[in-house]
Amino acid sequence: MPEHVMATNGVAIDDTFAEAFGMRATAVIITADSLRWARQAAVTMTGFATSVIGCGCEAGIDRPVSADETPDGRPGVRVLLFAISTDALQKQLEARIGQCVLTSPGSACYAGLDGAEHLKLGANLRFFGDGFQIAKRLGGRRYWRVPVMDGEFVCEATTGLTKAAVGGGNLLFLARDRARALRAAEAAARAISKLPDVILPFPGGIVRSGSKIGSRYRGMVASTNDAYCPTLRAVTNSALDDEVGAVMEIVIDGLSDQAVREAMKAGLHAAAALGPHKGPMRITAGNYGGKLGKFHYHLRELV
Amino acid sequence: MTLSFRLKSAPEQRVDLSGLTPEALAGKTVREIEHTVIGTTRIPLKVGDLFEVTGDDAQVIRFLGGSNRFDHVGHGMTGGSLIIEGDVGQQAGRLMSGGHLIIEGNAGRLAGSGMRGGRIDIHGDAGDFAGGPLPGEMAGMRGGLLRIAGNAGERAGDRMRRGVIVVGDHAGAYAGSRMIAGTLIVGGKAGPLPGYLMRRGSIILGQAPEQLSPSFVGSGQADDVFLKVLLRDLAQKGIEPDLWPAARQWGRFVGDMAVLGRGELIWCVKSG
Repeated sequence: MPEHVMATNGVAIDDTFAEAFGMRATAVIITADSLRWARQAAVTMTGFATSVIGCGCEAGIDRPVSADETPDGRPGVRVLLFAISTDALQKQLEARIGQCVLTSPGSACYAGLDGAEHLKLGANLRFFGDGFQIAKRLGGRRYWRVPVMDGEFVCEATTGLTKAAVGGGNLLFLARDRARALRAAEAAARAISKLPDVILPFPGGIVRSGSKIGSRYRGMVASTNDAYCPTLRAVTNSALDDEVGAVMEIVIDGLSDQAVREAMKAGLHAAAALGPHKGPMRITAGNYGGKLGKFHYHLRELV
Repeated sequence: MTLSFRLKSAPEQRVDLSGLTPEALAGKTVREIEHTVIGTTRIPLKVGDLFEVTGDDAQVIRFLGGSNRFDHVGHGMTGGSLIIEGDVGQQAGRLMSGGHLIIEGNAGRLAGSGMRGGRIDIHGDAGDFAGGPLPGEMAGMRGGLLRIAGNAGERAGDRMRRGVIVVGDHAGAYAGSRMIAGTLIVGGKAGPLPGYLMRRGSIILGQAPEQLSPSFVGSGQADDVFLKVLLRDLAQKGIEPDLWPAARQWGRFVGDMAVLGRGELIWCVKSG
């Protein structure tokens, strides 16, 4: 168990670090006639995208985009997608836009990221138009107009790709009981949701089933993080103090190292501000000894 | 300092100004420029005979004074800016692929012919075949933005393949004739038979056409999402055609069924 070297508002902060990995990422802007339907398309598209371990990608809504900022002057949302390879990202992007955005009433989809490299967005989805699709090039950007039953699905041909993305930034909130742990994680998620270029891919931004690499069962790449399970305190090499009754984790994916760092900082401060009576007794982070991921976020630098 | 060409007197013959573009004049001295031949008849004519040349920055070229005998202005431009304070003759900006050509007067026929990129702004009117091809060429405009603030002559956008033409006022007959693709916007009234024999592409009109070819068929209401994207893109370039934003409902006709029939004619049918 790391030494608790810091305390903020009575909350112990472990002298440890979150270990994160380089990822490939992209972004799209989804618009619709109303923010409600833009958000609906985005929520559908980012469903079942919590972890690359089982979902192929990690995705989430970055922020709402006002009508002034979108290419078509309608309300929209920006969605970020992260994957471990460019191929995997391309496949997930196409499948999710095709099944979840193209199908959503009044939707349109545009590039949400500029980049030297690109992923196909409408460039393949256009074939849904069965020959009736129309290409338009405006100001160096190419759009496809695909006829659908409520009008046209307008989709930009490509979107940007970044190879500088970071996945797996994390914070663990250790509290007296589940209500307090959840309150801490919710506060952190709320603070991070206000920041640009980051997403929290798990439900509501929170994961209660943190994992470790590997398993005693063959074929399982990840299994429960027994060191942080309060019910296993007596039978495993636990990382929990006796008073800890529940642990919640938040996982952060960002388009850049800096974005993840800012998010970690905001999350840590928001949770710690609750104090140990309302929120966490202790805040720590997950790592693999520093050997696996090249991005290390030391909590002492964030306090 | 901007490279300036001050017109001494009206030219007595048509002049070919295709050699006076930012890239052609880059690195040349005023003396070298003055010796450039621009005459088109047996009577020799050089730049120095017609213009008083000053300045050294060929990235921005300004003609102080224009004439409808100034042909091939901005021919094949790839970058920089060229401003003409007056009229120009035929084929202004032909084959240009970049840069910005500004004509503060009127332009003759074939303005923007075969252009691939860049932008042309004509503050006055343009002659026939704006953005069109020369005889024998397969396609006219292939990209870029051609803006005509005033009226366009007949057959604007003839055989256009890509890019955007915006006519602020009225267009003559057969606007967008034989269009292969691309976008033509006419803020005012279009003459008879817009989109004549168009294969693909979009023609957007501020008013219903006075005569529509019978080979166009009604296709109900147009979805305005793409129109919004188009308008926003133009607005960012400082162009706001007088069609919007009051329009609430857009009618759409498709054609020309006499050929491929994948083109569209869109105009406002009900405004809010």
